[in-house]
Amino acid sequence: MEWFDNGWGLSLVVFTPLVGALALLAVPKKDEETAKLLALLASLVSLSLAVVAAFRFDFGDAGALQFGTKLSWIPAIGSDYEIGIDGISLPLLVLSAAIVVLSIVYSWDHWPEPHNPKGFLILILFLATGMAGTFVAQDLVLFFIFFELVLLPMYFMIGIWGDKTKIKLPGFSREVETRLYASIKFFLFTLFGSAFMLLGFLALSFRGGSFSIPELAQMGADGQFTGTFAFLVFGALFLGFAVKVPMWPLHTWLPDAHTAAPTVGSVLLAAILLKLGSYGFIRIAIPILPEEAKSWAPAIAILAVIAIIYGSLACLAQTDMKRLIAFSSVGHMGFVMLGIATLTPVGITAAVIGMVAHGVITGMLFFLAGSMQHRYHTREMARLGGNLKLMPILGGFLGFTAMASLGLPGLAGFWGEFMALLGSYQPLEGLSLGVFRTAMVVGAIGTVLTAGYLLWMLQKVNLGEPKEEWAGHEFHDVDRYEFAAWVPMLVSIVAIGVYPKIVTGAANDAVQVLMDKAFF
Amino acid sequence: MTLAQFLVLSAALFSIGIYGVLIRRNAVLVLLSVELMLAAVNINFVAFGRYFADSTAGGQVFALFVVTVAAAEVGIGLAIVLLIFRNRASANIDELDVLKW
Amino acid sequence: MVTAVLIRGTSVLAAAGEEAAHSDGGVLASGAWLIVLVPFLATLAITLFGKRLPRHGAELAVGAVAFVGLYGTVLLLATWFGDGIVYEGGVTIGEFGGFEIEWAWVVDGLSIMMFFVVGVVSTACFVYAVGYMEGDVRPTAFFASFTLFAGAMLMLVSAANLIQLLIGWELVGVSSYLLIGHYWEQKENSSAGMKAFIVNKIADVGLVIGIIIAGITVGTFTISTIMEKVVASDAALDDVAVVIAVLLFIGAMGKSAQFPFHVWLPDAMAGPTPVSALMHAATMVTAGVYLTARMFPLFEEMAHEVLTLVLIIGTITLVIAGLLAIVQDDIKRVLAYSTLSQLGYMVAALGAGAYTAGLFHLFTHAFFKSLLFLGAGSVIHAVHSNNMSDMGGLKDDMKWTYRTFLIGSLALAGIPLFAGFFSKDEILAAFNEGGYPVVFLLGVATAFITALYMTRAVALTFFGKYKGDGHPHESPAVMVYPMLGLAGGAVLAGFLNVPGITEAFYKLVSTRVVSSELLGEHATSFDFLALGLGLTAGVLGIVVGYRLYMEDAATQRERDRLRIPVLWPVLENKYYIDDLYMNGIVNPIKGPIARFVNWTNSYIIDFIVNVVGAFTRGLGRFVYSGLDQRGIDLAINEAGAGTGFLGSRLRYIQTGKVQQYAAALFGGAIVLVIGFWISIT
Repeated sequence: MEWFDNGWGLSLVVFTPLVGALALLAVPKKDEETAKLLALLASLVSLSLAVVAAFRFDFGDAGALQFGTKLSWIPAIGSDYEIGIDGISLPLLVLSAAIVVLSIVYSWDHWPEPHNPKGFLILILFLATGMAGTFVAQDLVLFFIFFELVLLPMYFMIGIWGDKTKIKLPGFSREVETRLYASIKFFLFTLFGSAFMLLGFLALSFRGGSFSIPELAQMGADGQFTGTFAFLVFGALFLGFAVKVPMWPLHTWLPDAHTAAPTVGSVLLAAILLKLGSYGFIRIAIPILPEEAKSWAPAIAILAVIAIIYGSLACLAQTDMKRLIAFSSVGHMGFVMLGIATLTPVGITAAVIGMVAHGVITGMLFFLAGSMQHRYHTREMARLGGNLKLMPILGGFLGFTAMASLGLPGLAGFWGEFMALLGSYQPLEGLSLGVFRTAMVVGAIGTVLTAGYLLWMLQKVNLGEPKEEWAGHEFHDVDRYEFAAWVPMLVSIVAIGVYPKIVTGAANDAVQVLMDKAFF
Repeated sequence: MTLAQFLVLSAALFSIGIYGVLIRRNAVLVLLSVELMLAAVNINFVAFGRYFADSTAGGQVFALFVVTVAAAEVGIGLAIVLLIFRNRASANIDELDVLKW
Repeated sequence: MVTAVLIRGTSVLAAAGEEAAHSDGGVLASGAWLIVLVPFLATLAITLFGKRLPRHGAELAVGAVAFVGLYGTVLLLATWFGDGIVYEGGVTIGEFGGFEIEWAWVVDGLSIMMFFVVGVVSTACFVYAVGYMEGDVRPTAFFASFTLFAGAMLMLVSAANLIQLLIGWELVGVSSYLLIGHYWEQKENSSAGMKAFIVNKIADVGLVIGIIIAGITVGTFTISTIMEKVVASDAALDDVAVVIAVLLFIGAMGKSAQFPFHVWLPDAMAGPTPVSALMHAATMVTAGVYLTARMFPLFEEMAHEVLTLVLIIGTITLVIAGLLAIVQDDIKRVLAYSTLSQLGYMVAALGAGAYTAGLFHLFTHAFFKSLLFLGAGSVIHAVHSNNMSDMGGLKDDMKWTYRTFLIGSLALAGIPLFAGFFSKDEILAAFNEGGYPVVFLLGVATAFITALYMTRAVALTFFGKYKGDGHPHESPAVMVYPMLGLAGGAVLAGFLNVPGITEAFYKLVSTRVVSSELLGEHATSFDFLALGLGLTAGVLGIVVGYRLYMEDAATQRERDRLRIPVLWPVLENKYYIDDLYMNGIVNPIKGPIARFVNWTNSYIIDFIVNVVGAFTRGLGRFVYSGLDQRGIDLAINEAGAGTGFLGSRLRYIQTGKVQQYAAALFGGAIVLVIGFWISIT
């Protein structure tokens, strides 16, 4: 397994889907079965290699970069092909590879209109490479490329396979198609942030003379980046990552994108894409600019709790189920960001487990919402009701996942929320206790609102008697592809909830090393 | 004899040539007028050659060239005029405007 | 991911370096994790395979809780006949920064008492439910949630650290949500479930923050470590102890339905009756009392002023809920408010520093209240109505139900020799001796009210003429036997702790890691003032109730209105507290506030985004059509057009007339000559 450890393993995890996508190009459009099998094969290879990485991972040394390599890539600008994973990347890498497989399995029999599985699968595989690549990249240019690579497939996914309903927008005179509005909004929002992010990367490289993240982090820990320069660079990085997270008030692309996206698009968006932003904070912004992170932290914390409260309240006003779940993401990512803002090992470990949990739980919720839309042909909660009666298993899954989403202890969502609050009671020394403790209280109140809207959604959608209009309709409950895609997610929700060490076993040490380096 | 006398003769001859070229309608006469102008030029060449003589006698040599070119020019010109006359039954230059825009 | 599972198991006292007065319980204690695990596994199994089993999973559920009941009994006996067990075992399940999170179980007197109560009462309720839920729409879902409910409570009481306590705490909440909303086809039921969950969740904010502060201050969530710090008078803990105590108590108020969080409990009657029985007796509502008792040394030693708050809250609850119980028509609501009132007693007892008395009342109350609920369920099962105005005269048709219900009522009313008498007397004595005369008198008054409303319930249900439809029958044996068992408990449980005679219960609950001064002493003799007044109040209540309600009346509601003239509208509307919450808090948040936030999202933030988008598009349009098309392009096009125009005019010069050309040529030559001429001269 020598080859695996010196870079080939991770490279294969990242690039197998891309190879699969290229191979798919050669498959005739008519031959859907081959296309599906090929895509599944590529994603499975990627996942199994990621799992191998998890098993070969040296947990005793989780803070160090493992399986890495550094090859000369673009010497002209001093950028290298530098990859590697530590305990923070590992859970996210496995998560992203797994979600891709499950998405393909789910898609097997659920193609959004216009059909064209080949194109759709190619986009999924492209996304897979971009997501996995972001988590292994240890070079800013490489990171940036992977970070941007996910934009285009998602743009097409929303723009082509998205919701065609026309909507009227405030500020626009004419009606537009949801998918067009959403895809463009998504793209431009993210690109807007990315532009600043790239600026920040370039500034770091000019000042530090390298694009290598570990080297820059070392310089940052040595205090080489200070003053207005560092402040502005952090601001630029902040914008780039905050759009992706998304943090209030840069979040408005999210509900639209989720509402418009096809099911699998929503799942991938919620489960992985949002994590790229918060991962960027942990991997790049904080270690490289620790002093600036301190001065920005209270602002981040305040924005995070605003997001928690704001997202939850907005949820209570939604009539569209997918939009409600999308807004719930805003709140949950608020907890992740609150954890990160504390700059403590507790908080950041909480953020990592929160990211994984949110990925699984909200991904699952979007799967369910998608399947319900598939059956009812509507997302309007006012028209739904009695789902548990019409489809007991689907309804049961929905109830379970909603419980997980509201942070029920014993399920995955709890740890991220609770530990983020724990961290904000005692943030890093030197941060304002007043701000963070207020944030803790407000965040804790946010959990009540979270419970409120999720139970309210359950009551509207799942409970009660089915509406008149569905009388005589024949609904088929969860089919086998859905089972295959969902059971692993449900099991992992329970597993992470009962035994959080699945994530923290690697992440905690890595976070500890990261923090020690940055702040002590 | 002074150079000026030659130049005056040459100028008179040239002016007569110009008059012929601009006024006459007959193509043959226009060609003859061109010959007059060339003759005027030749007079100038020879006169200048004589008065500002150099070792190569350039004036006289150029005069010979001009005579040769003029002969060739008249040959081709008359041939063209002949062809036009044959096609149009006229050598009136005013009627020949096929080269206009 | 591939880390070994290490099991930590220690006798806590030995670890604390004290004299090992208690044993570590051997394999009995180190295997106590089974108590928690078995119900959870049963829940899982019922969920997965329950539908295929002949009794829809009920057999697994009963088996699981019977195992717990048995295990609890064995532990209880081991404590009584041994030195008492104090043991903690744990498995690390995760690390967050410096915090190790454990699944850990504590086996000491307090948790053993709870294992016993939860196990035994659950077993009775579960067996009863097998009969009660016969022919239910969703028996499998019911038994899965019911087992989860018991399992969650066991996780709560077995918790050796506050995180696990919180986990059990919230799982209790969620399973109560599932059970209360079991008949979710009707919106009222699912709303009642939501109400229970949300109210608890609000109170949990306090609990969560309290746990966070305690955890960070002490550096661990392990309760025994916190207790050691309490005993050692740790300065850092002392600074925040009051805050922690208040916050933890807020959480306890939610679960134990203390004023002002009591509103969820009466609505929780929407669930099937066995759920109410279990919820009101052994699980859920006792959790708050348990938490306060578990953290009692902290209150006693470092946050004594908070105990006053506990006392006040408990007293308010015991009085207002007792009054409400008088006016209810729904028999389950009578019992629900009675539970509130009794919980008030327990909480107030803890507030008065009477640790043993509070827990003892919890213990006895568990038996007779579950008995009462099961009896009520049996009646409801027979007459198909919850309303006492549809009942009456059932004492001959339902003999066993009547007898057991009567025992329960007498126990609740505090009639001597029944369990409630001893525990209530201890509480009243504690009020009296603690120097709280007002609380003492209110306690006595509520004892009167308690006897009154129970007499009323018995009279309206079992005496007089039957007012319902059909002919009611006694419930099947599977429902009657659990009632008989519990009736035995309701009679006998009180004798465990008779002042000066027995102290088995005191020995049980004081077997803990902390020094025993913080848990109070066992009373050695009766307080005759409390005894006398309490007894008089109880008897008087029965007499008054008998006079008022024993004669049959068709329009009992009318009569209530008459008999309680001033209070009636207030009581009928539950002091308007529910209305206040709905109209003052819930509806504004759900309605205007949520809509406003959503509005800001689409009309402010999104508006800005859209306007920026529209502006950019407008700018683009301007750049394209204004600058590009009409500016730069225009110049290029005009240049082209101008050239073309010029050419179109100039071409007329080309006439084809040789003489004109020649003239022009000469003209040009003349111009040149003139130019030369001028330049020379």
